Amino acid sequence: MTDFESCLGCAESDGAAAHAAPDRLATREPPPHRPVPAVVSLTVVPGKGKAGERERETLHVEAGEVVCVVGPTGSGKSRLLGDIECLAQGDSPSGRRVLVNGEAPKPEWRFAAHQKLVAQVSQNMNFVVDLSVAEFIAMHAECRQVADPRRIAREVIACANDLAGETFGGGVSLTQLSGGQTRALMIADTALVSASPIVLIDEIENAGIDRKRALALLVAREKIVVISTHDPILALMGGRRAVVRHGAVAAILATSAEERTHLARLQEIDQAMLDLRQRLRTGERVGALPPILSGTKPWTR
Amino acid sequence: MRLITVAGPPSVGKTSVIVKTAKILVERGARPGVVKFDSLSTSDDVVFRRAGLQVAVGLAGGVCPDHFFVSNIDDCVQWADRAGLDMLIAESAGLCNRCSPHIRGVAAVCVVDALSGVHTPRKIGPMLKLADVVVITKADIVSQAEREVFAHHAHLANPKAALLFFNGVTGQGAAELAHHLAAAPRIAALEGERLRFPMPSAVCPYCIGETAIGRAHQRGNVRKMTFEDTAL
Ligand SMILES: Nc1ncnc2c1ncn2[C@@H]1O[C@H](COP(=O)(O)OP(=O)(O)O)[C@@H](O)[C@H]1O
Ligand SMILES: [Mg+2]
Repeated sequence: MTDFESCLGCAESDGAAAHAAPDRLATREPPPHRPVPAVVSLTVVPGKGKAGERERETLHVEAGEVVCVVGPTGSGKSRLLGDIECLAQGDSPSGRRVLVNGEAPKPEWRFAAHQKLVAQVSQNMNFVVDLSVAEFIAMHAECRQVADPRRIAREVIACANDLAGETFGGGVSLTQLSGGQTRALMIADTALVSASPIVLIDEIENAGIDRKRALALLVAREKIVVISTHDPILALMGGRRAVVRHGAVAAILATSAEERTHLARLQEIDQAMLDLRQRLRTGERVGALPPILSGTKPWTR
Repeated sequence: MRLITVAGPPSVGKTSVIVKTAKILVERGARPGVVKFDSLSTSDDVVFRRAGLQVAVGLAGGVCPDHFFVSNIDDCVQWADRAGLDMLIAESAGLCNRCSPHIRGVAAVCVVDALSGVHTPRKIGPMLKLADVVVITKADIVSQAEREVFAHHAHLANPKAALLFFNGVTGQGAAELAHHLAAAPRIAALEGERLRFPMPSAVCPYCIGETAIGRAHQRGNVRKMTFEDTAL
């Protein structure tokens, strides 16, 4: 098939057309399918806040690390993630610059839309394609040139079921998944199929997924994970948290030993709430509250 | 004068892409204007004017909008010259995937919408396959996996094009597109230039206004469908 015919999308050809060789502006080489480079660190060089004030804190994250971003609604959490996503070079509203492995990323990595360094899961995202879960994940794996797309699709689904609690099979349509199943599948797919070494997660707390396992899954792949959140449990799960105020990173706090102790108890409370939710959902009555919720259980220090 | 053709199916966000990118070009000292081609009516000119851009409108009426485009584009370039512009962005109606307004030696942009489904890049013809830059809009509201698959399919359909994501609401991607447009080749006029892909001509009675249905009117270059149960 000639280029011309392939342009029509079928082998059909009409006489007059046969003379027209397709032409292009530039004689650029096709972008080679390079492996995504190893990313060992990510640095967000300070820019300015919403009122133009200088940002003081530099955010530096290494592979296998989880950093959370906290701050009131409108403070600039999503902007910070957006700057990382587009690997800003002083050309976003914040003026921040993002370095990969200590250097400004090459333009082909900034703009290679089909091979991005950064993957994202956010509350606004949905599956829109009309395919079954297994078909689509296998299609994604094929794009990634994974050796056995069907096998990896099964792994992704098993993994998503692990995260979501409410299980689903590979034959179900993507658009029929619940919110929790959707986020769980997105995270499992990002961890197992996507080659992007940097993962951004923007406020997915209400999705009802197992946050601890989700993070463990991503971190196990040596990804750099940056999560914007209002959820205390998620915020304390990160090794550090960046506090955003008026559009600028105002402080970076390491999760303290004390906070980590609280984390265990907060997770117990959270689990008790989830159990309660599950009982209400299935039509049960709530009898005596479990000790952790009725206040009878002493603090475990 | 730098000319840029922007094509893409309806409602993909061509107008927002142009407005957001032109804003950056203006900040960088360029004087871009727009010509909007459409078939029956358009209100995009209001949007462009509100953004401070000079705009001309071409309504094709009963003629194929792409044919109308190619018969008028050189006049548009002359208009832009007279209007003191140094860049003209031509937004097409984008109604049919068979035609393509892209011209040899003129920067060509195709805008597609990630919401339209991962198979779309393969279904769009020369409009996408012969573009220099493929802009993918609305990628922020589909899953990461769908973005990746969509971009991969666009890359397979047109391996030489620069591919970029564009958020029509926040303008993310505009700086990158502006960079491509600013590097578009200069032209003086289009007389003697060629389209990258031929457009089919009016070859049957329906092209020139026939409304009656029936075998008697199916004259000229007619192609009939074949069905499994009637095939030889
Ligand atoms: N440093 C900054 N400079 C300019 N605008 C900013 C900055 N940080 C945030 N903004 C803008 O403020 C608005 C709210 O920020 P956003 O990131 O959505 O907040 P959050 O995600 O914390 O709710 C957005 O329009 C964003 O672009
Ligand atoms: Mg936000």
